Amino acid sequence: MTTIKILGSGCSKCKTLNAKVLELVARNNLPVTVEKVEDLMEIMKYGILSTPGLVINGKVKSAGAVPKDEQILAWIIEG
Amino acid sequence: MKKKVIAVALMFSAWLLLYFNLERCTDLFVYSILRLHKESPLTSAVYFFIYEVPKVLLLLTLIVFVVGIIRSYFSPERTRKMLGGKKLFAGNVLASLLGIVTPFCSCSAIPLFLGFVESGIPLGVTFSFLIAAPMINEVALVLLFGLFGWQTALLYMSTGLLIAMVSGYIIGRLRLERFVEEWVYAVKVSPVEFVEEKISFSSRIDLGRDAVKEIVGKVWLYILAGIAVGAGVHGYVPENFMASLMGKSAWWSVPVSVLIGIPMYSNAAGIIPIVQALLEKGASLGTVLAFMMSVIGLSLPETIILKKVLKLPLIFIFVGIVGTGIIIVGYLFNFLY
Repeated sequence: MTTIKILGSGCSKCKTLNAKVLELVARNNLPVTVEKVEDLMEIMKYGILSTPGLVINGKVKSAGAVPKDEQILAWIIEG
Repeated sequence: MKKKVIAVALMFSAWLLLYFNLERCTDLFVYSILRLHKESPLTSAVYFFIYEVPKVLLLLTLIVFVVGIIRSYFSPERTRKMLGGKKLFAGNVLASLLGIVTPFCSCSAIPLFLGFVESGIPLGVTFSFLIAAPMINEVALVLLFGLFGWQTALLYMSTGLLIAMVSGYIIGRLRLERFVEEWVYAVKVSPVEFVEEKISFSSRIDLGRDAVKEIVGKVWLYILAGIAVGAGVHGYVPENFMASLMGKSAWWSVPVSVLIGIPMYSNAAGIIPIVQALLEKGASLGTVLAFMMSVIGLSLPETIILKKVLKLPLIFIFVGIVGTGIIIVGYLFNFLY
């Protein structure tokens, strides 16, 4: 079971990323749990410098931008 | 990739064609098509609007595209690496310069602040970055260039940089680390070693295009509104109306403008056309520049966000030092011009 965490608190890009990931997972029926992390201290632990952050299975895959759908899918499949 | 380059070249040619024929097109539209009388205030206002809107939007699109590509070479992570180990003065200078080119959104202010501070970058250097980044943004510079010419844009940028460098330096010297919330220094995070993926130039073009979509898409309405207000003032407000309030002789106009500007927050797009109108009606350059800097650079929402990581005294000192810097710049330019 892949876990995805979206790190961000309230800015529009964070909401966009969250919606995009949820939609990708639903549309492709992927075995993925998606969690949005809004607590500042929690977000800090991942060491990112800009939000939104995309964490897949514990590894930070991107920060500060909304990656393209194909890229997100590729990361999920990689595991 | 070839297709993309051709597309970009074509678009740029179209841009040049449009931009350098704006006056002619506006003349045609206002005088021949709309048949407005040359001397009426309505004509003045309409001409201003019809001319400025496409001009500003064209400039904005071009610059945002170019800056978007430049920004693809920078990231907060790279900036942090570059600033690591720099001592106070050199660090302030570098941080301020990097603040201009590093992609920054105000919602990332806190993660960025935390990340910088925790990786050992001095507080003063971090502040230089945080002051320069929001204040000197490409939208502001483009608008200033488009509406007032390159000298004003350059002026704004250099004084903004100076304020960022000096304020950050002073904050660093005052040793204000004790006013940062303790938990910030308590959490020791090993910086994420980002795998720097090589971005092809083709992707950079995409990033430029995305930036245009995002930024122009966000501000075009504000620009329209701002220019509309500017057009109204341009056409209808008497010549020296603002002179008494914001003109040179009113010595108190600079500090008052800055004070009014602090709680106000607007993006650059909306405020600059209004600023132009004020200038035309007799407000002096220094007062207006000071007002603009304090609206864009010192925002109440941002300080509220920073409250989470900084204690109140530091926030006040921060606003005070930057505010004073802006006031000094304001007086300087009132004096010079």
